[in-house]
Amino acid sequence: MTSNSAQDLYAIQAVDLTRKFGHFVAVDHINFHVEKGEVFGFLGANGAGKTTAIRMLIGLLRASEGTAKVAGFDIHTETERVKSSIGYMSQRFSLYEDLTVLENFELYGGIYGLSRSDVREKSSSALARLGLESHKKSILSSLPLGWKQKLAFMVAQLHNPPIVFLDEPTGGVDPITRRQFWEMIYEAAAGGTTIFVTTHYMDEAEYCDRVSIMNAGRIEVMGTPGEIKEMLGAKSIDEAFVRIARPVED
Amino acid sequence: MGSLGSFIMKEVRHILRDKRTLLILFGMPIAQLVLFGYAIRNELNDVPIAVVYLSGSEEVSKLSNHLTASGYFTLAGVYRTEAEVWDGLESGEIKAAVLVEPDYPSNLNEPGSARFQIITDGSDPNMAQTVSSQLSAMIRAWHQSSGASFPTLQTEVRLLYNPEMKSVYLFVPGLMAFILMLVSALMTSISVAREKEMGTMELLLVSPLKPIEIIIGKVAAYIMLAGVNALTVTLIAVYVFGVPFRGSFVLFSLLTIVYIVTSLALGVLISTKSNTQQTAMMISLGALLLPVILLSGFIFPIKSMPDILQMLAQVPPAKWYLEAARSIMLKGAGLNVVWVPLVVLTGMMFAFIVLAWKNLKEHLDL
Repeated sequence: MTSNSAQDLYAIQAVDLTRKFGHFVAVDHINFHVEKGEVFGFLGANGAGKTTAIRMLIGLLRASEGTAKVAGFDIHTETERVKSSIGYMSQRFSLYEDLTVLENFELYGGIYGLSRSDVREKSSSALARLGLESHKKSILSSLPLGWKQKLAFMVAQLHNPPIVFLDEPTGGVDPITRRQFWEMIYEAAAGGTTIFVTTHYMDEAEYCDRVSIMNAGRIEVMGTPGEIKEMLGAKSIDEAFVRIARPVED
Repeated sequence: MGSLGSFIMKEVRHILRDKRTLLILFGMPIAQLVLFGYAIRNELNDVPIAVVYLSGSEEVSKLSNHLTASGYFTLAGVYRTEAEVWDGLESGEIKAAVLVEPDYPSNLNEPGSARFQIITDGSDPNMAQTVSSQLSAMIRAWHQSSGASFPTLQTEVRLLYNPEMKSVYLFVPGLMAFILMLVSALMTSISVAREKEMGTMELLLVSPLKPIEIIIGKVAAYIMLAGVNALTVTLIAVYVFGVPFRGSFVLFSLLTIVYIVTSLALGVLISTKSNTQQTAMMISLGALLLPVILLSGFIFPIKSMPDILQMLAQVPPAKWYLEAARSIMLKGAGLNVVWVPLVVLTGMMFAFIVLAWKNLKEHLDL
């Protein structure tokens, strides 16, 4: 599914997006947009509402109020089309550990409706890109975490989605692999894919085109890393983040 | 290969890759069938007994020949006094003893006089019960054939369908109920819970696969597995243990499929309620397998339960499956007989499917 209609300027646009759990407002009327081809960093402390917001955008959770368009599709009325227009990858879980590399590619390719020959072609070029051709028959659990994360990112892009959501993709991997991972992110973005990424590594936030920082269900600041640092008079995103996440009163 | 096809392929790969679970799944039914077929028996076979001649008449030795000729009992050693019998029972050398009064058979026609005493080892009450009733029946029968007259009402017992009272006949349908519930409910609930635990469920839900397709994919893989198990157990039962298969195989298959789908729906229902494999396993074992063993009539007959348990026993699907499966296999019953359990089971199947489906949607909050 490559069609995001021409009149939609943005890859993602959220309007008053809200989610309540009982009396608790996890996400409180957030408004933002993500440009096509942008690397957008979605930051916030644990419990700030990031995960809830992402889950609404990718169709795993109903929004209580407000709406959002993802790849030009409404998250309320066109959930299925949203789902086929996005790729998703998370640090917490990536691929099936008891399947081989190739079997994981085949599974996701099949689920997203790719033909067998398409899957074969794309998986071999993805493996060539990672230099892991010789491991295509390896059971996933036998591979190091960094490789698995890179493979998962490739799998998430298998069906050429216009938008890829990365939820803490580099958690737990070494600095070298993290750098390589970000090179892959830039490559994908250069190819026109929009990247929506969450991370707790503030050095990574500096690599994003634009970032937003959430606190207590609201987006407190949004802009390029430079703008945010200037706005808050902070030397780094790390410092800006700490100021937002821990307000002065405490 | 469509989305669903790829998903089912993945499930099959999971199952085939996990060799240990696979061995358990296919090996267990066979092991249990052998266990129930050979080890757990209610019928008597070469039980060591003593027949003590307190007098040494020829009649008595004829009696002991009669008792041992049946194959139910064997004579263990030589016992001459009551004291020796006690020792024999205590050491376990014999399970029962028949003591014959010294004035036998001359007192035969005196009403009310005790002519025989049967002593059994009550530490195994079931065995003792069976042994004593078998012994008294055989002694009575022998008396009749030897021409002694009894001023008592004679009854003739005929056992239909299972004249040799082979317990394996009874256990096979029960074992099917147990194994199919195990494979279907336990394995499905664990496999769904594993996806939740590992987080891969989220990847599937984010994909264009619909929740119902995820359920169908899971269920399809385990239907195949359960089907293979059902066939294995039936074949071994019929060809190895000689369990008769008198009814229609088509009807039996239909019944079995309905039962499998009911169990699978139960498994999915459980997995929507449990987030870890451990919880799924505990619920499946506690809420499904124990009732199958204890309440379905698999081992303990429902008719001999207290009223309240008899009412509870109507709840497990296994009870209905068991009832119908026994009728079809052993009595050759047709649809006109087993339609009640079949209808009840089908009703349960749809109820559980609807419940599982509603629960899943609720759980996903979609």
